[in-house]
Amino acid sequence: MSLLEIRNLDVRHGLLQAVRDLSLSVEKGETIALVGANGAGKTTLLRTIAGAHMPAGGSVVFNGIDITTIPAYRRVGLGVALVPEGRRLFGQMSVEENLVLARSAGRRGDWTVERVLEAFPNLKPRRHAKAGNLSGGEQQATAIGRALMTNPEVLILDEVSLGLSPLAVDRVYASLQSLIGGGTTIILVEQDLRRAMRVADRIVCMLEGRIVLEGKRGEISREQVSEAYFGLGTDKGRVHA
Amino acid sequence: MSLDQTIRIERWTPLSRAAILIAALVLVLLAAGPLLFSNNAIDKLTTLFIYVMLAVCWNALAGYGGLVSVGQQAFFGLGAYAAVRLADAGLSVYPALVIAAVLVAIVSLPISAFMLRLKGGEFAIGMWVVAALCHLLVNLDSLVQGETGTSLIALNAYEADTRHALTYWVALGSMTAILAILFALLRSRVGSAIQAIRDNEEAAASVGVRVMSTKRIIFVFAAFGAALAGALWLATAITFQPKTYFGVQWTAYMIFMVLVGGLGTFEGAILGAVIFFVIEAWFGASGVWYLVGLGATALVFALFLPRGLWGWLERRYDLALLPLGYRVTIGGQPPSRERTPQGGPAAPAPTGNAG
Amino acid sequence: MMIWVNQIVQGILLGGYYAVIACGLSFMFSVMRIINLAHGSLAIVAAFGLYVLADQFGFDPFGALIIVLPAMGVIGWVLQRTILERSQRGGMLVPILSTFGLSIVIDNLLFEHFGADTRSLAPYIDELSWDSWQLTDDISIGKLAAITFVTAVLILGGLQLFLTRTQLGRAIRATAEDPDTVGLIGINARRVNAAAAAIAMLTVGVAGAFLGMRATFDPYAGGPQLIFAFEAAVIGGAGSLWGTLIGGIVLGVAQSIGAQINPQGFLITGHVVFLVVLLARLHVDEIGTRFRKTMRRSA
Repeated sequence: MSLLEIRNLDVRHGLLQAVRDLSLSVEKGETIALVGANGAGKTTLLRTIAGAHMPAGGSVVFNGIDITTIPAYRRVGLGVALVPEGRRLFGQMSVEENLVLARSAGRRGDWTVERVLEAFPNLKPRRHAKAGNLSGGEQQATAIGRALMTNPEVLILDEVSLGLSPLAVDRVYASLQSLIGGGTTIILVEQDLRRAMRVADRIVCMLEGRIVLEGKRGEISREQVSEAYFGLGTDKGRVHA
Repeated sequence: MSLDQTIRIERWTPLSRAAILIAALVLVLLAAGPLLFSNNAIDKLTTLFIYVMLAVCWNALAGYGGLVSVGQQAFFGLGAYAAVRLADAGLSVYPALVIAAVLVAIVSLPISAFMLRLKGGEFAIGMWVVAALCHLLVNLDSLVQGETGTSLIALNAYEADTRHALTYWVALGSMTAILAILFALLRSRVGSAIQAIRDNEEAAASVGVRVMSTKRIIFVFAAFGAALAGALWLATAITFQPKTYFGVQWTAYMIFMVLVGGLGTFEGAILGAVIFFVIEAWFGASGVWYLVGLGATALVFALFLPRGLWGWLERRYDLALLPLGYRVTIGGQPPSRERTPQGGPAAPAPTGNAG
Repeated sequence: MMIWVNQIVQGILLGGYYAVIACGLSFMFSVMRIINLAHGSLAIVAAFGLYVLADQFGFDPFGALIIVLPAMGVIGWVLQRTILERSQRGGMLVPILSTFGLSIVIDNLLFEHFGADTRSLAPYIDELSWDSWQLTDDISIGKLAAITFVTAVLILGGLQLFLTRTQLGRAIRATAEDPDTVGLIGINARRVNAAAAAIAMLTVGVAGAFLGMRATFDPYAGGPQLIFAFEAAVIGGAGSLWGTLIGGIVLGVAQSIGAQINPQGFLITGHVVFLVVLLARLHVDEIGTRFRKTMRRSA
């Protein structure tokens, strides 16, 4: 049985259909990179898995439990954690408070504030700083740390490297690498194709709300992904790299 | 959709033409009232006209301007007080009623200057503070003698029948004027500005709508209407006791009428006033339970039917009695409708704080 | 001269009461962005609750708080889940309209049940209602006023500790800042808001108790209490906890000095000072905005 099973998912924003009849299954311990142009429906798909959006049709099954209509806060308790686009930290609260808050879901596990600070050493001196005053890289680290504090079974990361300096991106991925090695299931959105293809076990490419290409690392080429990224037959140019 | 369909944008529809015609006929008929009805009926109708004015003005403020005030009794009381003062100074009574309202409208300008900078609930209670302060200051006047009050003695100069008829005509004229002014305002450029501000104040400002001056026009208009209503109430009640005029129950009545009738709809406010008038006639004598009922009804409408009865009828039957917006007609079928000041939600965009 | 000093001292102590009634209003505003227009009426409900327990069942008003405060907490929870939560979804106007409607219902139900008589809890607290410490010939401090002031400081301090040191307190702050995101870290925003409303109503219960002991109340006394709470909260800067104490003191001092000038002056001076502070604050904001704009342009 897959850890996460998405079947025939339809998600709408008013009249706009952001995700169309999408099915995807994620195995335990797998790392999946979701790629696609802006507006392809990646963020909507992730937010629907986390419960921040309710789908118009289809179902989401996690660990054998149908979570389609379960509110977001209870999904966290079941082991689904989303690092949202734009980080969405509580800017008026300290880094430590942001981390400690995530214990509210009450999931047992070995993530503690200390362990998060070990995993993201750049946060150590910023422990008592207001989250709103952090640099972009520090904010992303705090946001990932906050999600980890819920001891998730699947960690979902939206736009990991958006707005970060190359150095900060390296640092975040270095920390992620240890999670991947540790067997955590990860779904991430990454605009940088090269990086996505290096870190993920499987690449899923979305276009206009549908999955247009899906393949294991090494089984599909960057050119294939690039073509799928823009829809077949377009010559709009190179993928951002 | 085929291309040969004609698209027409129209303001006047046969229905709205008929509605205006009927409204005019009703007004003419009402104008003959004192020749037809008893003094008792005349007084009742005068009260109804005052309610209509109160509802229409509060609706202009809240429904169109997005400004919920729980302090409109400030202007209601000041209107009556100014009338007492003007009559005491020797001015003829009936002109004094109208001049009093004009004076209060002038006073409301400086008040608007800083009350309008408050938002939402802050504006609501801030206006209540203004009303409380006006009440206390009026009490200081030696003519009023605190809560003892005074009366509009000058009215005694008129014989009873004449007085009832005159008050009735002034009230009818005032109500017609208030309705006409608002109608004209809503059809003017100000009307579209009001609509834009109510839907999204920041966006309106960014496309060049003059937010402050537009809100100020509504605020002063609402103050003028409430003051005129207060002065007319004085003419029917004759006695002026500050407590009855500056009481927050007036706001409760206004909110009830507008919420039940239809927040942000022109016809709804009038409908609400009529409903309130009827309910008061039936249940007014039951005292406290009547007031509990009013509060509970307002609460239920706010939560479950925020656009009131008229808003519901309008949507259900695609009604538009008054030519206040534009209708788009495609091939003779009216598939969509955009009523300038009345389309869109009754409240400004939600704050995204649904919890 | 000493008369004025005494008035200021009394005003400061009165400010303690205003801080108690204002902090719940301010707290709800900062968490749920709602100004509850039934706030004052609910304080009167608590006062009548204490009155009934004291008058009919012989409770000591302080002891009766053990019953009334939990009841107020439940009222807060139910209020949030039934009325406020729904009205928040309806936009900016609906919470104002619905809580105003609610206040009319509460006031008139109280009137229906208790009639127009004014009541007081003073007869049930014996000498505490008039006992005082004589500091000088002209200045004395009432024991009840002192207890009220100390309670205000304790409530504000307690709320501060609660918000910073407990998991629920942190959840309340996080929900106030971003109600859409707390769900993503496992917090049930609806429950957090209901808890916040319950806590706000606990402070309202305490305010009702002190109002009843210090003065008289009647079924329609809720409106003026709402106005006082609002004035203290706004003077102190809406949403700031310790600000409500400062706001309460400013309001109390203004009122008691006004009362010394003119018998009618108590309320008038209070309202005038509130409006002046409001005007000054808006003015300062405007200067600040203009200053920032100039800075940006020159930068």
